[in-house]
Amino acid sequence: MTVMTGTKPLACGVGGGLEPPLAILAELTHRCPLACPYCSNPLELEAQSRELDTATWKRVLDEAAEMGVLQVHFSGGEPLLRRDIEELITHASGAGLYVNLITSAAALDRARIERLRDAGLHHIQISFQDTEAKEADRIAGFPSGHERKLKAAREVVAAGVALTVNAVIQRSNIDHAEAFIDLALELGAGRIEIANVQYYGWALLNRPALMPTREQLIRMDEKIRARLPSLKGRLVVDYVVPDYYARRPKACMGGWGRRFMNITPSGKVLPCHAAETIPNLAFETVKDRSLAEIWTDGPAFAAYRGTAWMPEPCQGCEFKEVDWGGCRCQALAIAGDASATDPICERSDKHALVAELAERDSTAGQAITYRGYVTRK
Amino acid sequence: MSEAAPITEEANLRLAPGVMLRQDRTRGSWVLMAPERVLVLDEIALEVVRACAQGKASVSEGIDALSQSFDAPRSDITSDVLDLLTDLRNRGFLVS
Repeated sequence: MTVMTGTKPLACGVGGGLEPPLAILAELTHRCPLACPYCSNPLELEAQSRELDTATWKRVLDEAAEMGVLQVHFSGGEPLLRRDIEELITHASGAGLYVNLITSAAALDRARIERLRDAGLHHIQISFQDTEAKEADRIAGFPSGHERKLKAAREVVAAGVALTVNAVIQRSNIDHAEAFIDLALELGAGRIEIANVQYYGWALLNRPALMPTREQLIRMDEKIRARLPSLKGRLVVDYVVPDYYARRPKACMGGWGRRFMNITPSGKVLPCHAAETIPNLAFETVKDRSLAEIWTDGPAFAAYRGTAWMPEPCQGCEFKEVDWGGCRCQALAIAGDASATDPICERSDKHALVAELAERDSTAGQAITYRGYVTRK
Repeated sequence: MSEAAPITEEANLRLAPGVMLRQDRTRGSWVLMAPERVLVLDEIALEVVRACAQGKASVSEGIDALSQSFDAPRSDITSDVLDLLTDLRNRGFLVS
């Protein structure tokens, strides 16, 4: 989620100089017909029996609008598997929220799109696994999925709903990154996310199968950057570069506890979707307290908010309020400590390890592990 | 393909699909809401969007209206308005 300001800073807040979040990601369910090996859901998926009911989600949407949240992203899993999705869209839109739907589009026909639109939906985002059907279906673990997505995307545009093509980039499709742009233009999308896989959860498990080589990355980057000027005014491009080969960390989530809340199917409120990988963080649920209370002083949000928690060299770094210390989940995954300097940063003493891991995994050739429910032993 | 041409007075502009002009009561500002983006408008940008980018009037008519309501010579404001509209179009908030 990007925020741009004209001349005015985004001021005000929920108290104590803290700004309210701009967006919430409402993960309505972890159920999904696709089995993508880079799914952002946790390895331990939440069961349908634990999902919040309609009334609770409505209350949460009201609380979000009330505290100053501007956009809601209905996501999952596959949010269209919830029978109350139209009802929740109507409620969110009625509360004044801008409503995004992030869907696999595996079961999205024209009639459904029109019902969603009439309920108050503003924007649909459809993920694509490749530009070639056979390969896309292999990655998603869903035969004929690509064909369905193409059909649904055309219907979305025809129904007058804004469309984003979400191109998830990894080793097997990185050479098609430009073809994804052509696909978005051909479909009439207003926006494309060229989103290199971020390695958490399922993607971390599958990193040896997904990590591109440095050469692939350089080639893609040159091609994409050469295309960008000609796309101005035709296609909005959100380009997420893979950070394993980077020298400076990303401002993950726009800074921990600064812009964003993630709500899981059972109602846990997280600072980002991977936050549950961090041990010893206590997560409250929407059943415990209101969203505003959780945002203001919930322990998980307070843990890495601002700059006070930062170790050296971050504490003395001139970029500390630019990247907000990068990504805590990545610090945990690579450096083994969620409070450490993000090892993506060249000032981290673990930085050399990142390129080493990336280069090793990029030539590993491991089979992929598909996302799915697993029985814990 | 080269970059899109700058907006001229003859253009007819409207908000792009999925873009909405909304008041953000919590923060006391007006914003353009777009897929996964929020653009906070200052007072001038708000008036320019209202006058020139709602699909009701041409840019030229919008500039006439702005010139009147701000009591500013048309020639003083035209290029600034066109620059702002071109920028908003290039960033995907407006379409012609």
